[in-house]
Amino acid sequence: MEERLWNYIDGSGAAEERSAIEQLLKSNAEWQSKYRELLDVHQLLRESELEEPSMRFTRNVMEEIARLQIAPATKNYINQKIIYGLGAFFVTMIIGFLVYGFAQVDWTPTNSNSSIPIDFGKLDFSKFFNNTYVNIFMMMNVVLGLALLDRYLNKKKEERRQTSE
Amino acid sequence: MHTGPSDNEILSSVLQGNQQAYAEIVKRYQNFVFTIALRYAPNREDAEEIAQDCFVKAYRSLADFRGDSKFSTWLYTIVTTTCLTFLRKKKLDVHSLDNEKVFEVADSKDSGFGANQVEQKSRIGMVNKAIALLSSDDAHIITLFYKGEQSMEEIGQVMGLETNTVKVRLHRARQRLKDKMEKHFADEVRDLN
Repeated sequence: MEERLWNYIDGSGAAEERSAIEQLLKSNAEWQSKYRELLDVHQLLRESELEEPSMRFTRNVMEEIARLQIAPATKNYINQKIIYGLGAFFVTMIIGFLVYGFAQVDWTPTNSNSSIPIDFGKLDFSKFFNNTYVNIFMMMNVVLGLALLDRYLNKKKEERRQTSE
Repeated sequence: MHTGPSDNEILSSVLQGNQQAYAEIVKRYQNFVFTIALRYAPNREDAEEIAQDCFVKAYRSLADFRGDSKFSTWLYTIVTTTCLTFLRKKKLDVHSLDNEKVFEVADSKDSGFGANQVEQKSRIGMVNKAIALLSSDDAHIITLFYKGEQSMEEIGQVMGLETNTVKVRLHRARQRLKDKMEKHFADEVRDLN
């Protein structure tokens, strides 16, 4: 009952619910009494007062900020493109490792006692950096890195040009 | 409501380099920010330090205020996080709604609140004292709703809660306040009726 009455007092809730409560308030003494009780609390809270800090408060804040400067907006110093670039780099790396891992798997059925179809003892890690696919993958990363560096330097150059104008 | 230039007009002026204009913002919100800080801090000195910290943080981050929400909502979010950081630093008990200790703490606060010590018997004095007996979370949500001119959605944004959760928490907080008033200020409550 109380929750419904609080919603009614706050003015929230659907129109049908409000009219249902209005009907109850007209006909039911218990609802009327509870409504008056809650309305009193609501009224008291509306009348409650805020505390006041010391008289010097504003001056203290102003003295404190006089020594400070407004920090540049976060969006200005966090370059979204770099974030996306890093994301793309790691995703490419994960995909590369997965592709390499699956390429190493011998999919032909082997010993039935072994649940894992990979013989870890025979994994040849020396092939890892001596493989055409890995070399292509590494090259892609280098190109991606150079592209990001180029974009960063171009942006810096553009900013410098704009400030000199 | 405030008269004179709007918050956004003042903030534009501050962002354009008129630092002194920020004093108007401080004056507008200092009572509210201080009251919220007082709900978390054990004394007025600490509350004032927290409130000051909030205004300084808000000033430093002003360029990040995009105007998507009201300035007050944005400021109160800073106030909430600053108060919680303060609590963590001071290693005080963070009062939670589900924590039964809340009521023990609130009841223990009453030990210095004997009937003869309650000099101010006004309605306002009584309700303020009753709010002081609530947990920080309860007092915070009540203050935001009744004195902060914030809607349920905005309170959710400030406190990091869903709107429905805010509604439920507000109901519970008001219920606890009513219980506190009936328990500790029975005479005053009777006078009201």
